[in-house]
Amino acid sequence: MGAPRAEGHEQMTDFLKPHRIVMIAIAVALVLACIFLLNWSWLENPKYQTLILQGIWRTIWITIVTMVIGMLLAIPIGLAQAAGPWYLAVPARVFCTVIRGTPLLMQLWLLYYGLGSLFPSIPWIRESDLWPLLRQAWPYAVVALSLSVAGYEGEVMRGAFKGVPHGQLEAARAMGMPRFTALRRIWLPQAIHRVLPTIGGETVLQLKATPLVSTITVMEIYAVVGRIRQDTFIIYEPLLFLAAVYMCLTGLIVLLYRWFEGRMPKRVA
Amino acid sequence: MTVTAREGKASGPRPERIRIENLHKSFGEIEVLKGVSLTACEGDVVAVIGGSGSGKSTMLRCINFLETPTSGKIIIGGEEIRMRPDGSPADRRQIEHARQHLGMVFQSFNLWSHMTILQNLIEVPVHVLKVPKDQAVAIAERLLDRVGLLAKKDAYPAYLSGGQQQRAAIARALAIEPRAMLFDEPTSALDPELVGEVLSVIRDLAAEGRTMILVTHEMKFAREVSNHVMYLYNGLVEEQGPPEQVFGAPRSERLQKFLKSLG
Repeated sequence: MGAPRAEGHEQMTDFLKPHRIVMIAIAVALVLACIFLLNWSWLENPKYQTLILQGIWRTIWITIVTMVIGMLLAIPIGLAQAAGPWYLAVPARVFCTVIRGTPLLMQLWLLYYGLGSLFPSIPWIRESDLWPLLRQAWPYAVVALSLSVAGYEGEVMRGAFKGVPHGQLEAARAMGMPRFTALRRIWLPQAIHRVLPTIGGETVLQLKATPLVSTITVMEIYAVVGRIRQDTFIIYEPLLFLAAVYMCLTGLIVLLYRWFEGRMPKRVA
Repeated sequence: MTVTAREGKASGPRPERIRIENLHKSFGEIEVLKGVSLTACEGDVVAVIGGSGSGKSTMLRCINFLETPTSGKIIIGGEEIRMRPDGSPADRRQIEHARQHLGMVFQSFNLWSHMTILQNLIEVPVHVLKVPKDQAVAIAERLLDRVGLLAKKDAYPAYLSGGQQQRAAIARALAIEPRAMLFDEPTSALDPELVGEVLSVIRDLAAEGRTMILVTHEMKFAREVSNHVMYLYNGLVEEQGPPEQVFGAPRSERLQKFLKSLG
């Protein structure tokens, strides 16, 4: 039992080189200075606490929901481009080009201020059961962010589908596997394995695209912090807090995907 | 142009497994097969030899329509595969069904890399042929034991050597209980020291009377296991016959040259 401890101790002394000790000390000092010298009184306000929790939750679910919807759209879009007939491949290609070629903020505003202001003028929409939903801002946010994911990941999925070695599909074909079964059992799982590391990174980018929806009145964490700054005239501290929130969420996403990837079988090219 | 019955083994007519009639295949302007015919009855082991570009792999891949023939007939288990004018199968169900009776082994193994060896073996039986899973697993384990890979059943293909992967691929082809096996240069991608273990598995299959068409560069092996040898040259059958005759007393000058070049 002595050996591992000695090893751990050795690793520790290896890590604690003088320059590292100095840097750690500076980092700790900075954090402590931030905690004790800056004004965090607003965090004690129960009203803001509730708003912050709601905001963080909104940021999280918007990220997850739009990634899931976006990926579900991206798979057929990628497949259409990789293997579809021209009448599916061309629209898919155009969709990806338009989504990737225009700013997300603009897409969001076109949906919200464009469609969103067009809908009330159409009587049958106003009278439909969907109207209570369409009157709110978040459906537009979800649609815009999902389409953005679909556009970017559609392109990624196209490459992933094409990157699966031909022999893998030929083996399925040679054994009489119907085409849809081969897609479901062989082609899609292998394409997903390939993109998983990319999707992890894209999820982080998606998380950091969510503040855009604050511009159409969705109160996620960025909007909440903006409101706290306006209310209290405290400028810097809420921003630092916001940075910490996003970094924690990013860390969670990275850990989650690392865990996923660890469960995947390794393949040798 | 048909394969004669295996001497001394045939008692009464054996059912026909695979017949090719006047098969043509062009890739664009290049005609790779210029009218090849072949019949393999139950228990026949047909070795197809020839230089690179002779069309031997293309011929094999036309049998299960991995390549679509330009013209000709393919008859599998007595059933002619209906073709469109462009050579593609007219009825996808029919060709899928025919393929389920043909076990194909590739030069590059093509084991599904996201599945364990056992999962590779039960994939088609369970998800296509609808064999109950426990039954498929039992068959797969028996086959893996036979090719000496039972201990590797839960390993992923990437962790196996080339020889092991090819043996697993043969077991996978056997798992669909095929009526005939198609081997497309099964040892060409292997390191020399791994060739033997794969050949010995194929040899066992031949010995138990399995119908096989074997495209190979291993002349000694072809001579040993086959009862009929076809030498393809430039898309045509240049010479064929029993192995003793084709290897022992080749008549065609090209075949003599080909055999000589291989030492």
